[in-house]
Amino acid sequence: MASKATINALIKKGLSKKLAEKVAEYYTLTQLKKVSYEELEEKIGKDAKKVFEKLGRKIEGKEKKEEGKKEKRKGKRRKKEEKEERKIKERTVKDEILKILKERKEYLPPIVVDELAEKIESKKLHNKLRIIVEKAIEEYNKHLMEPFEACGMVAAQSIGEPGTQMTMRTFHYAGVAEINVTLGLPRLIEIVDARKDPSTPMMTVYLEGVYRVNKEKAKEIANKIEVTRLINIAEIETDISNMKVIVKPNLKAMERKDIDMNDLIKAVKKLSKVEIKEGKEKIEILPKDENYRELRRVSEEVKNLKIKGIDGIKRAIIRKEGNEYVIYTEGSNFEKVLELEGVDKTRTITNDIHAIYNVLGIEAARNAIINEAYETLQEQGLNVDIRHIMLVADLMTSDGTIRPIGRQGISGEKASVIARAAFEITVDHLLRAARKGEKDELKGVAENVIVGQPIKLGTGSVELAIDVKKLGKVKK
Amino acid sequence: MTPAKKVIGEIVFGLLSPEKIRKMSATRIITPDTYDEDGFPIEMGLMDTRLGVIEPGLRCKTCGQRVRDCPGHFGHIELAMPVIHVGFAKTIYGILKATCRACGNLLLNQKEIEKFRKAYEEVVRRGENTSNFAKEVIKQASKASKCPYCGKEKLPIEYDKPTTFREAGHKMTPSEVREWLEKVSEALGDDLKLLDINPKVARPEWMVLTVLPVPPVTTRPSITLETGERSEDDLTHKLVDIIRINQRLQENRDAGAPQLIVEDLWELLQYHVTTYFDNQTSGIPPARHRSGRALKTLAQRLKGKEGRFRSNLSGKRVNFSARTVISPDPNISINEVGVPIDVARELTVPIKVTPHNLEEMKELVKRGPNPKPPAGVKYIPGVNYVIRPDGRRVKVTEENANVVADRLEPGAIVERQLQDGDIVLFNRQPSLHRMSMMAHKVRVLPYKTFRLNLAVCPPYNADFDGDEMNLHVLQSEEARAEAEILMKVQEHILSPRFGGAIIGAIHDHITGCFLLTYKDKKFKKDDAIRMLSAAGYRGKVEDEMSGKDIFSKILPEGINLEYKAKACVGCEKCLKEKCPYDAYVVIKDSKLITGVIDEKSIGAFKGEIIEYITRKFGNEKAREFIDRVTKLGIAAIMIIGFTTGIDDEDIPEEAQLQIKEELEKAKRKIQQLIKAYNEGELEQIPGRSLEETLEMEIMRVTGRARDRTGEIASKHLGMDNSAVIMARSGARGSMLNLSQMAGCVGQQAVRGERIHRGYRNRTLPHFKKGDLGAEAKGFVSSSYKKGLSPTEYFFHSMGGREGLVDTAVRTSRSGYMQRRLVNALENIKLEEDGTVRTTTGEIVQFTYGEDGVDPMRSIRGKAIDVDLVLREVEHGK
Repeated sequence: MASKATINALIKKGLSKKLAEKVAEYYTLTQLKKVSYEELEEKIGKDAKKVFEKLGRKIEGKEKKEEGKKEKRKGKRRKKEEKEERKIKERTVKDEILKILKERKEYLPPIVVDELAEKIESKKLHNKLRIIVEKAIEEYNKHLMEPFEACGMVAAQSIGEPGTQMTMRTFHYAGVAEINVTLGLPRLIEIVDARKDPSTPMMTVYLEGVYRVNKEKAKEIANKIEVTRLINIAEIETDISNMKVIVKPNLKAMERKDIDMNDLIKAVKKLSKVEIKEGKEKIEILPKDENYRELRRVSEEVKNLKIKGIDGIKRAIIRKEGNEYVIYTEGSNFEKVLELEGVDKTRTITNDIHAIYNVLGIEAARNAIINEAYETLQEQGLNVDIRHIMLVADLMTSDGTIRPIGRQGISGEKASVIARAAFEITVDHLLRAARKGEKDELKGVAENVIVGQPIKLGTGSVELAIDVKKLGKVKK
Repeated sequence: MTPAKKVIGEIVFGLLSPEKIRKMSATRIITPDTYDEDGFPIEMGLMDTRLGVIEPGLRCKTCGQRVRDCPGHFGHIELAMPVIHVGFAKTIYGILKATCRACGNLLLNQKEIEKFRKAYEEVVRRGENTSNFAKEVIKQASKASKCPYCGKEKLPIEYDKPTTFREAGHKMTPSEVREWLEKVSEALGDDLKLLDINPKVARPEWMVLTVLPVPPVTTRPSITLETGERSEDDLTHKLVDIIRINQRLQENRDAGAPQLIVEDLWELLQYHVTTYFDNQTSGIPPARHRSGRALKTLAQRLKGKEGRFRSNLSGKRVNFSARTVISPDPNISINEVGVPIDVARELTVPIKVTPHNLEEMKELVKRGPNPKPPAGVKYIPGVNYVIRPDGRRVKVTEENANVVADRLEPGAIVERQLQDGDIVLFNRQPSLHRMSMMAHKVRVLPYKTFRLNLAVCPPYNADFDGDEMNLHVLQSEEARAEAEILMKVQEHILSPRFGGAIIGAIHDHITGCFLLTYKDKKFKKDDAIRMLSAAGYRGKVEDEMSGKDIFSKILPEGINLEYKAKACVGCEKCLKEKCPYDAYVVIKDSKLITGVIDEKSIGAFKGEIIEYITRKFGNEKAREFIDRVTKLGIAAIMIIGFTTGIDDEDIPEEAQLQIKEELEKAKRKIQQLIKAYNEGELEQIPGRSLEETLEMEIMRVTGRARDRTGEIASKHLGMDNSAVIMARSGARGSMLNLSQMAGCVGQQAVRGERIHRGYRNRTLPHFKKGDLGAEAKGFVSSSYKKGLSPTEYFFHSMGGREGLVDTAVRTSRSGYMQRRLVNALENIKLEEDGTVRTTTGEIVQFTYGEDGVDPMRSIRGKAIDVDLVLREVEHGK
């Protein structure tokens, strides 16, 4: 059964209920953003066009054939020119807005400024620009959060509350039907736990240059990435009577994987404690110690012998997305993949947050947490403001490392003994506090609740008193 | 009047030294007996009256106060031989490993120590973990084979959990350990900090106990059973054990008993003291009660969900609260809560008597606790207690009401029963977000349930299948002001989670408004009047009104909106105003021009109109609108009439035949696939095995079949069908539900796969072994209305069971995740300078959410509504 959340999300996009249900049967929202038109059409028929329109995606291929190539190029150029022209105009409007902001010493988020510029330009409201900007500033200032708001608590509740509505089902098909990815609540827990290894690591490898548009070239990279074991390209037999393992290479498979005999032999020679006999169409491997246990060990080792590829990547699948080829992988090895030639280092991503931290640094890890958590929630059709997720991600990364939410992380590093003791592993915290002579300064929420004092958040941050003398004056 | 507020500034932790234990002790405890034959506490026994009193009537010998006022006092037991404190056994092990037995110095040379001292300063400066640093020091020091100071050879130390230490195989007695530790604290002095010990509050030798503090009786009260038998607290039991063994040990030692016996007793004493601290220490059997139940000793009292911390300190029991079943009341406002008279009589609000209200209060008190309301009134509040200025609490009864009233003077506090308009907090567990506890105004009503408006069900996640809710009466002016300004229901119409409405119409409200506004329905004048008056509209009503006009009447002035309704089917090209489904809503100057009002307009989580009104006109107006629109919806559904029944799923015979044919087709297709698979002609999906490919293909076919039957069924279910109206308007149910009822239920799945487990090679004995066909693997081709065959029913139950298990697992998992999130983020607040910090002052963000915008005030995440700004400027506002 299709997930209700996906259906709802699709309907929100403007699809009819019927169509949404049908589409949701095959894809989730995130998948839909990536699936090719042809594939969709094959599955749901003519309605595919509608789906693409609603999702704001362009249909490739089909229309391409219908239109003359030249005309298209021309149209494209014209469009490009127009676009550029508009951009320049928008630029001037934007500068104007920024000038007003500077003058008035006010601030508007860049995204708002851009939107204002674009819409003022398209609606030709230049003469009212000043009033518009002033109105926007007024609106913006009205929408700011008030000081002392317990925004952390609100964020925690906003992420935690929809948890009850999420699916538990661990596996779902994402992006590519062939790859399983953990989604829903388990994935969200994985993210806030900052687990070292995600249960289903996955990468999306974008390519650059010729690799991007040439399928053969893309395939080349995919072959380089994917781990190929001997069992994938050869038949392996264990001959018990003669105490040997026979490898019969499958030339077709080898060609497909772009491996030649030399590679194969080189790899086999790395095996230890064996004797190798190269034949015409087969390789015989004899264990040096002639006993069955050795034979079995060798046989297993031979089967799993890595010929080619990057460790950790079990599978690589090429897809056409728009007009470029993209490789999806099951398993992840961010560092090694980025080293390959032809891989677009600016766009390639993994869902392994720690890998991103190690390779690209803490800011990238923070963004990765935000993106992963946000997409997980979105995919479930749950609407959570991104600011809440940002706060969680910022807290997790605020000391320059990724700290999990929980006793090994943020909760365990709290300054207050009482707050830590109240969370988990009570006795240990108390004993340690006694040994170290720790001081609890009662600054946080939990400890003040425990001792029965007002907390220092929200209305507890301020104190109000009436100046009676002045009150008298007012009365008069 | 009120004494200056005492504030706890900080709490310092540390170890008790033997001297301190003796000093704070009220008495030494020597006898294991508790009470004598008359039931009086024995002197120097565990229930000595110097340790505090628990029986009414007795006075504490230490402070002279009675039961409730005496806080209790510590006693102490002099241990005959020292024992090791389990909690610190690991720390002791570390010290023993890192120091010299002869001179007590760290097994590091001066240079190394100097290096570590510097490193320690650095660690402290950075605020890093000093425990990990200490581990490093110990690791380094334990490498030495000889003391660099006295040259004594270092013997390897072993540690047997929980409290045994061996030096080169020889078992050390706690006395030896204590001597060693004494040497260490002497030799190391301030350098103990390198081992993560603060010598000012915790000297290592104190970790070996020579004196045991005895907690006051008030912390371990005994209970008297109905039979008159006394039942002692677990802690008392444990202390009795300790004293007994301690006594025996002393006697034996003094009598010069063989070493073996003394050692055995010593060990036993160690065991009792260990279990007294923590009865779940690994490596030793837990001490048990006579009945076999493990005793709950000190650590168990503190630990876990039912422990002191989480159960009594972080969560506290309160007075002035009530709990009962909830039921709906569409006639009260969303801001109100209906409180039963019985509850109102019990709960009170304190009112301070001043010269200004003295007379008024006297009148109130005179009514007594159960006043008879005058004719025509159902309830008037009485008074339960009066607190006199000297702090004495006087219960008001019918008899003494007049006397108490006459004696009333300024400074007294009158505890008045609830009355209409009092502000109270209302809560439903689980309290997952702040909307789970909101402030309501009281409406005292007859009967025994709390009444609430249906529109507040979504934020509380409440229904009326037996749900109970809690109510708390606020007791201070400050609290009432905060509740009124911050917590009232109307302040929470927009959710801080996504910036949309979370309070709004549900179920019948939506159906009602849908029926009212769908296409151009006309209503007679008296029907229109009835609906509009129910909705609280006072004004002119035209002779014949369309539903859309009626709805327009309750819209506040100045609304201009344009959006697609829930009923929108997503046509290829939107005809906008000319939508054949009437799903394009246009509201111009508060007049509904086209479009039908459904979930998207007024529903909880979606309601565009509600969001718009809240943002533009504020919470008060939004509340008014919600109150009105829900009432209008109900009035409309009553006048138009609405019902649903099983005949809503009736479809003509020809459609049934079509469905049958469709299902046959699907089954044939599946047989083809299986045949292809068996003959090895099935085209494999890359990266999948042949079996998986087949399963995926079949799942696709069955899914398609269900959709097709749904399509066929819904072709015959039009907008004159009540069930369809509910589904289309978003009131309840979906078209999928309908097609399952009328068409076919579809493939049942467990773990996202067709059902495949059960017997060997088949799911049920009804099928042939290895049957991969539709029916054998859980395809339900019947509809709910038609009824399921026995095998289908079984498969359906399997799918259903998975759902149930899933929900059960999910609630606990997500509950724990939320607890962790809340615990990690509770200390974060926005400061005046716009930064987001923890309460200890660490900056988390420089600007909240990168733009400082409150998600609740955002327009579904966007900082400002640019289109609205432009429109307003365009229209010259």
